[in-house]
Amino acid sequence: MPNLHQSNKNTLAKLAIGESAIVTSVEGNSSISKRLMEMGIVPGVSVKLVKSAPLGCPLQISVRGYHLAIRRSEAENIGINK
Amino acid sequence: MKVSEGIESSENNPQKKIVIALAGNPNAGKTTLFNAVTGLRQKVANYPGVTVESKEGHLSFGEYKARLIDLPGLYSLEAASLDEQIARDVLTGKVENLTTPDVIISVLDATNLERNLYLFTQLLEYKIPIVVALTMVDVAESRGIKIDFEKLSALLNTPIVAVTASSGRGIEELQDQIQNILGTTPNIPTRLQEIETTSENSLIFARYNFISEVVQEAVNNQEIHEITTSEKIDRVLTHKFFGLIILVAILLLVFQTIFSWATVPMDLLEHGFGAIGDFARVQMPEGLLTDLIVDGIIAGVGGVLVFLPQILLLFFFISILEDTGYMARAAFLLDRMMSKVGLHGKAFLPLMSSFACAIPGIMAARTIENPKDRLATILIAPFMSCSARLPVYALMIATFFAGKTVFGFVSLSAVLMLGMYALGIVTAIIVAFILKKTLLKSPPPPFVMELPSYRLPNIRNVLQNMFTRAWMFVKRAGTVILAISIILWGLMTFPRVTNVYVNTPNASELSEEQKSFQQSEQLKNSYAGKIGHIIEPVIKPLGFDWKIGVALIASFAAREVLVSTLGIIYNGDKEANEESETLKTAILEAKNDDGTPTWTPLTALTLMVFFVLAIQCISTIAVVRRETNSWAWTLFMVGYMTGLAYIAALITYQGGKLLGFG
Repeated sequence: MPNLHQSNKNTLAKLAIGESAIVTSVEGNSSISKRLMEMGIVPGVSVKLVKSAPLGCPLQISVRGYHLAIRRSEAENIGINK
Repeated sequence: MKVSEGIESSENNPQKKIVIALAGNPNAGKTTLFNAVTGLRQKVANYPGVTVESKEGHLSFGEYKARLIDLPGLYSLEAASLDEQIARDVLTGKVENLTTPDVIISVLDATNLERNLYLFTQLLEYKIPIVVALTMVDVAESRGIKIDFEKLSALLNTPIVAVTASSGRGIEELQDQIQNILGTTPNIPTRLQEIETTSENSLIFARYNFISEVVQEAVNNQEIHEITTSEKIDRVLTHKFFGLIILVAILLLVFQTIFSWATVPMDLLEHGFGAIGDFARVQMPEGLLTDLIVDGIIAGVGGVLVFLPQILLLFFFISILEDTGYMARAAFLLDRMMSKVGLHGKAFLPLMSSFACAIPGIMAARTIENPKDRLATILIAPFMSCSARLPVYALMIATFFAGKTVFGFVSLSAVLMLGMYALGIVTAIIVAFILKKTLLKSPPPPFVMELPSYRLPNIRNVLQNMFTRAWMFVKRAGTVILAISIILWGLMTFPRVTNVYVNTPNASELSEEQKSFQQSEQLKNSYAGKIGHIIEPVIKPLGFDWKIGVALIASFAAREVLVSTLGIIYNGDKEANEESETLKTAILEAKNDDGTPTWTPLTALTLMVFFVLAIQCISTIAVVRRETNSWAWTLFMVGYMTGLAYIAALITYQGGKLLGFG
C-alpha cells in the first residue's frame, strides 16, 4: 500500500474525463468511505471518470460495469494509481 | 382494485402460511418480479409502531399460501437510510404482525452482478434460506456476459433461478426452489466464513474480494466495450448545456400536461358531484340530514376527489421518469445548485412531486439517507404550490385581476400566478438555507447515487404505481376528509337559528332571497361564525373580516375548501367554483358594516400570499407526523409556516396600503 498521507497523491478527482485508474485507498469519514466501499469502490478495482455535471460537480464514474455519481469532494477521498 | 386481507386465521384452510421477503438493489427488476408474481393481489401495508410502508402481496403455490413482502430497494443492510432500517426490521422479525421471513428471494441483476452480490453476502448472515432470482440474463448475454449458472450456484451454495418477469419464465421453478429450501439453514460459503473482521471497511473489502473471485470463476465476461446506448443518451441528456435546457423543457411539459389534460376529467367529476348533490336534495325530504349529506359529505368529499385526475397524471409522469432512469440524471444535473442551499440532489424528486401534492412528495423524501437532510426537505416541501391552492389563486385572480396587463401586453393574471409559484420556491430556498445553517446543521452528506442504464418504462409497473397511490388518496378522502367535512358542516350549522321569517313558517314558501338571508344569519350565529368573530382582531391587520376568517378556518382542513366556504358565506350559490360568476359578483359586492367594500385587489393579493405560505392541510400534517415520527417537528412546521404566512400577509397588506393601494 502506498503512503496514505502524501499531500500530493493522486485521487479520482484529478483524473481527466475518459481516463481510467486502479483504486488504491478509500478514506474520509466513516459514513462516506463505507458508502463508497459498499458500492464497490474498494482497493484494487478499476474506475473510469466518465463525465462531470454542468458546474463541475458531481462526477459520473464507471465501476464494476455500472455508473455512479459522486461529488468531487468524495472523489478526493479515493486514492488511485494510474 | 382487489385488496387482499391481512392474516386470516381460518383453520379449515389446509394451506401452510409462510412469509417471503423480496430483497434486491434498486433497479434490479424487483418490482417487475413482484408484480408478475402477485398480480393484483397486493397492497401497500402500513405496519403500526414503526414508520414502515412496504408493499405486500399474496401468492399460493403447492401447499403454501405465502405473504410476499417487497422490501425497499437496497444496496446494503447497514441501516444508513430509513429504507435500510426498515429492511433490517423485516428480516429480523421486529415488525408487528409480521413473523421473521421463512425464505428470502434475493433478486440479482445479471448485467451488474458484482455490486448486486454485495447485498447477497449480507443477506446470508440472517440465517434465512435464500433463493437467487437472476434477472436481465438476456440483456447480459447480448452484452457478452455469459454466466455459468451451475458454477455460480455451487460457489454461492444457493439455488439460482433465471427469471424473465415479463414472460413469466422461471416463476414456477422459483416456487419449486422455495419449497425445496424451506426449513433449511443456508450454508455460508467457506471463503466468506473465514473472513476475520478487524474493521467495518475491511469486512466490506473482504466481501468484495470474495465476490470478485466468484465472478471470475463463474462468469465469462467478454463484455464488448463499445459505447452503450445509455452512454449515448447521456451525451445529450446530461450535456453541460443542453442537459439543463432539456430538464426545464421536460418539467414544463409535465406541468402543462397535468394542468391542461386534467381539466376535462376534473370538470366532469365536479359536475358529477354537483348532479349527485342535486339528485339527493330532490329525492330526500328537506331537513338537517339532507343538508348534512349534500352540503357536508357530497360537497366536502367531492371537492377533494376532484383532484384525482391530477394526482393520477402526476404519478404517471413520476413513475415514467423514475422507471426510465431519468430521475437520477435530474438529481445529477441539479445537485450542485441544490447543495448551495444545503439540499441534496435527491431532494429534487420530493420537491417536484409536491407541486401536485405535498403528501407523496414528503413520502418520497425517504430515499435521502441523512436524517437532517431528509427533515429539511420535508419541512420545505409544503411551500411548493400544490394543486389544492390552484382553485384559490384562480378565484382571486379571476375576480380582481382578469383582463389587465402589465407593460401593455403581458397578462397580469399569468404574472400573478407565476409569482405565487415563485414566492413558494424562493421561500423554500431561504428556509432550507437557514435550517441547514442552524437547527439542521450537519456536514455535507455523501452524494453517492447510481445512474442506472436507461430503459423503456414497464407500463405495468407504471400503471400499478399510479393506481396504488390513487387508491390511497381515495381512501383518505373517504376517511379523514369525510370526518372533517362533517365536523365543518356541524360548526356552520349549529346552534340552529330560529326561522327569521316568523310569518312564513313553511320553509319551502320562502323566496330565494329570503333563504339566502336565512343562511347568512345562520352562519353568523353558528359556532364557525363565533370563531370567526373571535379571531377577527388577529386577522384585521391583514384586511380580513370575520367572514373571511370563517373561510380561513375551514380551509385549514383543506385549502380548496376556501372556495366553497366563501360560496356559502356570500349568500347562496352552493355549487360555487372558481369559475362561478355569482361568487365573483358576490365577492365584489360584499360590504363592510360601514359600507366600504370588504374586498379590494390588495385583500385578494394578501389572501393569496397567505395561502402560498400557510400549511392548511390536515393530511399533510398527519403525514409529516408519521414520516418524522415526531410531534415536536410537526408542530414546529405548523408553527413556523403559519407564522411566516401571517407576517408575509401583514407586510403585503400594510405595505400595499402605505403605497396607496387598496
